[in-house]
Amino acid sequence: MFNITALRVSPKQLLWVKLVFHLIGLIPIIWLVFTVLSGRAGGDPVQHIIHFTGIGALNALLATLLISPIAKRFKLGWLMQTRRLVGLYVFAYATLHIVAFFSLDLLFAWGLFFTEVAKRPYILVGAVAYVIVSALAFTSFKILMRKMGRRWQTLHNGVYLVAILAPIHFYWSVKSEIVEPSLYIVGFSLLLAWRLPIWQKMRTSRLAMAAKDKQ
Amino acid sequence: MANHSRFTPGILKKARWHMQDNQVTPESVFKARRHIVKAMGLGAIGASIPGYVQAGLFDLFGEQPKTSFITTPLTFEANARFGQDEVRTPFDKVSTHNNFYEFGTSKQDPSDNAQRYKVEPWQLRIEGEVERPITLDYQDLTKMFPLEERTYRLRCVEAWSMVIPWVGFPLAALLKKVGVTSKGKYVAFETAFDPEQMPGQKSRLMGGGIHYPYVEGLTIAEAMNELTLMSVGLYGKTLLPQNGAPIRLVVPWKYGFKSIKSIVRIRVMDKQPPTSWNQLAPHEYGFYANVNPAVDHPRWSQASERRIGEGGLFSAQRIDTLPFNGYGEFVASLYDGMDLRQFY
Repeated sequence: MFNITALRVSPKQLLWVKLVFHLIGLIPIIWLVFTVLSGRAGGDPVQHIIHFTGIGALNALLATLLISPIAKRFKLGWLMQTRRLVGLYVFAYATLHIVAFFSLDLLFAWGLFFTEVAKRPYILVGAVAYVIVSALAFTSFKILMRKMGRRWQTLHNGVYLVAILAPIHFYWSVKSEIVEPSLYIVGFSLLLAWRLPIWQKMRTSRLAMAAKDKQ
Repeated sequence: MANHSRFTPGILKKARWHMQDNQVTPESVFKARRHIVKAMGLGAIGASIPGYVQAGLFDLFGEQPKTSFITTPLTFEANARFGQDEVRTPFDKVSTHNNFYEFGTSKQDPSDNAQRYKVEPWQLRIEGEVERPITLDYQDLTKMFPLEERTYRLRCVEAWSMVIPWVGFPLAALLKKVGVTSKGKYVAFETAFDPEQMPGQKSRLMGGGIHYPYVEGLTIAEAMNELTLMSVGLYGKTLLPQNGAPIRLVVPWKYGFKSIKSIVRIRVMDKQPPTSWNQLAPHEYGFYANVNPAVDHPRWSQASERRIGEGGLFSAQRIDTLPFNGYGEFVASLYDGMDLRQFY
């Protein structure tokens, strides 16, 4: 599928890489628990927790979308095998984000939860993104991938829609501090642009030219 | 609109929203936290690692002095008419959950970044459409007027709220001292501008894009209303920088952003002054900004609020937001005949 000569890693080495990725995914959550318990997140850390887990989901999504460009550029085919793991951290952080919003901010007010999702465009945008992420997480098992065939790939292209919706949700949610959300919009735009067919073509033709020059 | 005669402090019955005190210990949250950290086994980990690492670990995760800024006790009389019975938000939370973008946009930023803020010497200038403009220095702020304690609800536009015992004096007392001229229809307020001390004013990334100095405003009738307080302290002591030291406004029937902090200038004007949040997003924040459950913020509901009280993370309560934050009997008449949906 990829025009790369995969740099081989042993299953054991791959396991280590995955372990490191798990640590990178988990350490921020441990950090969050400690900052909240020690009072470093302020006297009422609710907003901090919601913001922190939301940013965590965005960062995990950035990482997920970075994997295939890096794998192609540096010819690390095996890296693709870590993409599911990283993608599931998007789901994990997004779930924590929503649970924190519902439990700590709304204090389990179901009625308010549904009216807010329906009435507030920025929450609706986030909710749609979460529904897609959940669908991707639940169909991420190999057995379902095989069973679903081509439809699996169609569904999982939904990650690109999430990459558009999630930073919009962030940008829309802030009161005035737009620098950070703007940076995320730029970052996701670059990652999506890299995948546009026109750039793909240019890369392959450049590779072909380079190969010709060598001969 | 200016109706000075409304400012007549009468004999007041206890307001109907007064609640009974829930005999809870304010310190409990604070102490419980330490127990949790201990229970999580930090001690056990600590025993197994070298001393210098330990010191670092406790520096990272342990208790830190949150308020190194020195405050001093104030002499005041408790004003029993204003919410003395309501369950207060503990000092610990009042001083570590703040919106003061001059020191950063996160809630904990002001308490982290404002501890070395210098409030002495201070100058507060009162000018404009007044007969006797004056400049108050630091000592005047707490000495010129008799101080009283009033416990007010504070409702943030972000839909959370606190109950805070302020110490201060009515703005009306100050305005009477300088004498408002017949042309005075509005009062403008301005926060200190000092980028060297206020990192949010220096960097756009930290300051959230507000055009500094922060400015606010009231109509003269709102300014003369007996609820409108110039606060110089809370919980019996002078204000911490994160709470607006050395002097701030408290307008309890309006969203919190109207209660401007660290004021250096008060100007009585003949026309409506610009206000910071209104400048930034006019469709989201109006000049009046009265607490109103019937008018939602475009991006979230204002019908209810998270009351930050005592206890841990899940102890907050979702309560219904009241028109004028429950102070309608004092202020509703200020807006007779006004469409509060239009003038939000």
